[in-house]
Amino acid sequence: MKYLIKSGNVIDPINNINTVMDILIEDGKIQNVDENIYTKDCIIINAAGKYVCPGFIDMHVHLREPGFEYKEDIASGTRAAAAGGFTTVCCMPNTKPVIDNAAVATFVRERASRSGVVNVLPIGSITTGQAGKELSPMAELKAAGCIGVSDDGVPVSDSSVMRHAMEYAKMFQLPVISHCEEKSLSREGQMHEGYYSTVYGLKGIPSLAEEIMVARDVMLSEYTGSHIHICHISTAGSVEIIRQAKKKGIRVSCEATPHHLALTDEMLGDYDADTKVNPPLRSRQDVDALRAGLSDGTIDCIVTDHAPHHKESKDCEFEVASFGISGLETAVAVIMDQLVRPGILDMEYMVELFTSRPANLLGIPKGSMGIGCEADITIIDPELKKTVNPQSFFSKGKNTPFKGWELCGWPVATMVGGRLVAEDGKVNG
Amino acid sequence: MKLEKKDLLGLRDLSRDEIDLILNTALPMKDLIKRDIKKAPALRGKALATVFYENSTRTRTSFEIAGKYLSADTVNLAVSTSSVQKGESMKDTIKTIEAMGFDVMVMRHSMSGTAHYVGRNTKMRVINAGDGTNEHPTQALLDMLSIKEHKGGLEGLKVVIVGDILHSRVARSNIYGLSKYGCEIRIVGPATLIPAEMDKMGVSVHYDLASALKGADVVNVLRIQRERQHGGYFPSLEEYANLYMLGPELLDKASDDVLVLHPGPMNRGVEISSDLAESDSALVNEQVTNGVAVRMALLFLMMGGNRDEISY
Repeated sequence: MKYLIKSGNVIDPINNINTVMDILIEDGKIQNVDENIYTKDCIIINAAGKYVCPGFIDMHVHLREPGFEYKEDIASGTRAAAAGGFTTVCCMPNTKPVIDNAAVATFVRERASRSGVVNVLPIGSITTGQAGKELSPMAELKAAGCIGVSDDGVPVSDSSVMRHAMEYAKMFQLPVISHCEEKSLSREGQMHEGYYSTVYGLKGIPSLAEEIMVARDVMLSEYTGSHIHICHISTAGSVEIIRQAKKKGIRVSCEATPHHLALTDEMLGDYDADTKVNPPLRSRQDVDALRAGLSDGTIDCIVTDHAPHHKESKDCEFEVASFGISGLETAVAVIMDQLVRPGILDMEYMVELFTSRPANLLGIPKGSMGIGCEADITIIDPELKKTVNPQSFFSKGKNTPFKGWELCGWPVATMVGGRLVAEDGKVNG
Repeated sequence: MKLEKKDLLGLRDLSRDEIDLILNTALPMKDLIKRDIKKAPALRGKALATVFYENSTRTRTSFEIAGKYLSADTVNLAVSTSSVQKGESMKDTIKTIEAMGFDVMVMRHSMSGTAHYVGRNTKMRVINAGDGTNEHPTQALLDMLSIKEHKGGLEGLKVVIVGDILHSRVARSNIYGLSKYGCEIRIVGPATLIPAEMDKMGVSVHYDLASALKGADVVNVLRIQRERQHGGYFPSLEEYANLYMLGPELLDKASDDVLVLHPGPMNRGVEISSDLAESDSALVNEQVTNGVAVRMALLFLMMGGNRDEISY
């Protein structure tokens, strides 16, 4: 299949392009990027008035398969990704069984190639069974296609285990992706500790629970010289610790989610469990600090932390509800509507945060539309307005605090390896 | 005037007018309680369910008798022994109760926000009888009625709330209610039991009880739960009592006609001294009577008609 994407505003940060161009795709690869390409026998996609970008990468999703297929599976999760404008997702290992050996990693990749519609890159666990005690076989995981290691969902509490994990992972150029949470401070917590937890009478999770671990991991990274990537940072203190660490040349990178960049703890007053997430929605000052960290380069990429849940574990008493937000299908629109349109984030830079930056820090050949590259492309219509309706999600997880929000700026087409996998809210295949 | 909101979830989202309405309606109810024949037909044909997921004697009994004095049919669901044990979801339990035709459901639950969740999921009107560490609105209303009766009003009073503020739904509801009348609220307790950024709620925070009592018109003493000691919030009940037990000597710092409130049940010798508990300043038993009156008023306003209709 040959495609010609006509007249779109091409944004390709790696190749320094931000202008109206045409893109020709053949045999799954980018054949040509130029002004006014004319060719026969191809499907023309009219992208006038739209942004044509390298395929968006989400390096933090939970696809739940194997083990929790009632929440999500690779088929539904990758369809959600495609609909949300993502061409590559990295899936976290907190499955059942855990991705802590080649067999499970291979299973995930094979399922993805058969039932998935976007690229799926598994993340292996740091410790076997995510138990925080013994190191996972990282060489084996890397050989089976894992692009990093993480015990996401549970922190590696033992600092000695973490130190060894970082030293060991360095041999294979695997980033250690760390969920930072000091459990003794966050235990039983339901929301951010601050004014609103006091007002709503919910047990707080202090910023400190995250920051103490961010500080520890940064220090371990400095000591070991290993690359540490901090998951879903949510507090002003975390931003500042990482900003200073980067100034010192420590190999630390980090990510933030659309919900932490757009929402505050004030919205928990209805005790709607769709607002319950870990780390929790933080205060206005934290949101402002995250936005500043995004602009000044402290935060390296935007990820969804897509955490689909079954209806029963959200439609219940707040304190028994599961933590997590189904984010793949709203992420781009939330960032467009809340950050790009109001001028908080530059469009070209936003594309970088979703493409070349994560590709770079994972060391994967993605995030570029250079000639000869795999044709992974995301097209965004900055003027399209739609109301978020979770019932129309491709994800099995309908748990989103953005339900009912009218957002402006949506992904309208997603191409993976030259295949048009999503178009105008529909997913092909 | 009526209570327009479907549910009574807390004093946070109640207006001063609505609180006035409830308190003013409670006064004639109190007269009824003192009569020989304690029965008014106002809620005849209405049905009230009390659903308590947490142990409580006085609040549940208080709601039940309040309903009965007004001729409502009241049923008390012992949830801990019914379907909850079989793993039924809250939503299914509520739908079952609703299907039996109840008009109002009074709910207590150990988790904050559960009354809100239930309110969203049923046509019944829901009264929050305490949700986790969030609110206990009827307790605050009865406290306010007690204060109002003795002080002639609520405006501008100096109110001290002492104890485990962090876990206290009584404290929160009192703060929300009394703030609407311009009361000066002083929060007292060990630093470990004061929640984050409390001062932003318009109250002052104190660790020293004696100085906080200076000129106080009302002292609301909260029950201290013994299990907090094991949670590492304070070293021992003895040390707690040494620092925060209210007794007659400490009370001398307050104004001469100071009122002492306690939501009960009291731990004598821990948060309140025995002799003070029995003194005239302590309104503990009157609070219980006012609790029935306030709950009658609420049930009347939520299941019955207008305030003008009460004429016995």
